[in-house]
Amino acid sequence: MDTNRFVARHVVTLPKSGIRDFFEIVAKMKDVISLGIGEPDFTTPWHIREAAIYALEKGKTHYTSNLGLIELRRAICTYVGRHYGLDYKPEDEVLVTVGVSEAIDVALRALVNPGDKVMFHQPCYVSYHPSVTLTHGLGVAVPTHAADNFALTAAALESAWEPGCKILMLNLPCNPTGGTCTREQLGQIARFCIDKDLLVISDEIYSELTFEGGHVSIGSLPGMKERTIFLHGFSKAFAMTGWRIGYACGPAPLIDAMMKVHQYSMMCASIISQEGAIEALIRGEDGVKRMREQYHRRRDFVVRRFNEIGLTCHLPRGSFYAFPSVTATGKGEREFAMDLLEKERVAMVPGTAFGENGRGFVRASFATSYEQLVEACTRIERYVAGLR
Amino acid sequence: MNPVLKLLLEGGSLTTAQMAQVLNLTEGEINGHLEQLKKEHIFLGWRPVLDLSREAAGAVRAVIEVRITPERGGGFNRLAERISRFDEVESCYLMSGGYDLLVFVTGSSLQRVASFVSEKLSTIEGVISTSTHFMLRSYKEQGYLMDVPSEQNGRLKVTP
Repeated sequence: MDTNRFVARHVVTLPKSGIRDFFEIVAKMKDVISLGIGEPDFTTPWHIREAAIYALEKGKTHYTSNLGLIELRRAICTYVGRHYGLDYKPEDEVLVTVGVSEAIDVALRALVNPGDKVMFHQPCYVSYHPSVTLTHGLGVAVPTHAADNFALTAAALESAWEPGCKILMLNLPCNPTGGTCTREQLGQIARFCIDKDLLVISDEIYSELTFEGGHVSIGSLPGMKERTIFLHGFSKAFAMTGWRIGYACGPAPLIDAMMKVHQYSMMCASIISQEGAIEALIRGEDGVKRMREQYHRRRDFVVRRFNEIGLTCHLPRGSFYAFPSVTATGKGEREFAMDLLEKERVAMVPGTAFGENGRGFVRASFATSYEQLVEACTRIERYVAGLR
Repeated sequence: MNPVLKLLLEGGSLTTAQMAQVLNLTEGEINGHLEQLKKEHIFLGWRPVLDLSREAAGAVRAVIEVRITPERGGGFNRLAERISRFDEVESCYLMSGGYDLLVFVTGSSLQRVASFVSEKLSTIEGVISTSTHFMLRSYKEQGYLMDVPSEQNGRLKVTP
């Protein structure tokens, strides 16, 4: 029997993540130094883990409010107010989600009618376009370029825009490029959004890992708060990827709509993760600072080495990714990544896994120890020298 | 903070050549930094952190609370420095509270440590009393956990 015929048409045509098959190859190899890992190498700081253990001991094993524990929502509002200059009410403007991934899914399902157009900058995180497709929306990719340090420009938005665009998804700093926008660039984007009446879904998961110039949240710009859904989580800054905990802040009617989708699908985020998240927000900032300092130094090292080796690389202002160009080697990004993996056992993800605009680039995560980074760069240098 | 010092404090085990790469300095400059730190008495030296209970010739360690008589002019310093000079003494601190010095001592056997206390430490003029506590087991040593299986963070090799 052909069971494939049961699969929904829009899922049949949905491509698998370009990272998936690459992962399968790497997983079977030995002695690989992987610069392909999109999560911190740090384990969650102990005080956060301990708080979760304590919560379990105290019998915190039940459902929470659909919106999330009120103590957590209060802590979120305090944190977001202090760091992003955004003022939200814990009662009805915050929704705790199972990571930012769920927040994106819930937001799109709550907002997109079939055929609505959603703009997103590309290269981008692997789930953006598929999430839009799954809600029967149409994705409109806006290219970002190495020449702009992969910042999104209002000019690129202007030329990609088409009638029917309703939402703009932002991810600044960006996975995979590490690109982000200055206050001025963001101001131009904000004016564009107001002009075209776009709603912004702003995924700021890497914002604490901004190395220069400080992070600016688009919702804090004049006229933007009422048309912005601010998404954030604990995975990157607090090294809590496996906890699956994030949140959305926005105007009450939008949060209410998202809450409906969330309550019928997820019910609530894990209470244990919520308890850990409270501890992270209240006492975790020293740990964040320590980790950011390490990422900063690793970034300086890796980017300098890539440029020395001949893989031209812009200086990513945020995140823990470098996005060097491999065009000087005469190879395509996929061929380069496969060949490097085979010959020198270093894994980097081909840029096209993050969309067509990643062509000619690879993503290198520097969320790994200095020892590994130093050795990886030595191997890459040997490999590139061998190509000449 | 001195960049080399920062790197050392992060607890990795980079060679000076690797440090040079990470910090974009020459190996000579790294050594220069280390020399400077030594000159300033900030960086005192290298010592490995060991779990001595796993060593066949294991050592006995004790913590001794010592009360001493302070002196006009020097306070506790002269006596504290004198006690610190013994090879048996690993560390020595001036404390607030019920005693004056907290002295960490190592010896090859219980008898050795006991005789150090009774023959050397207690007999120094100015030492009023000692109270010796032998260490039974170490759970954490200078930031390293003992007997705890190292945490496998179990990251997948490639993730989005």
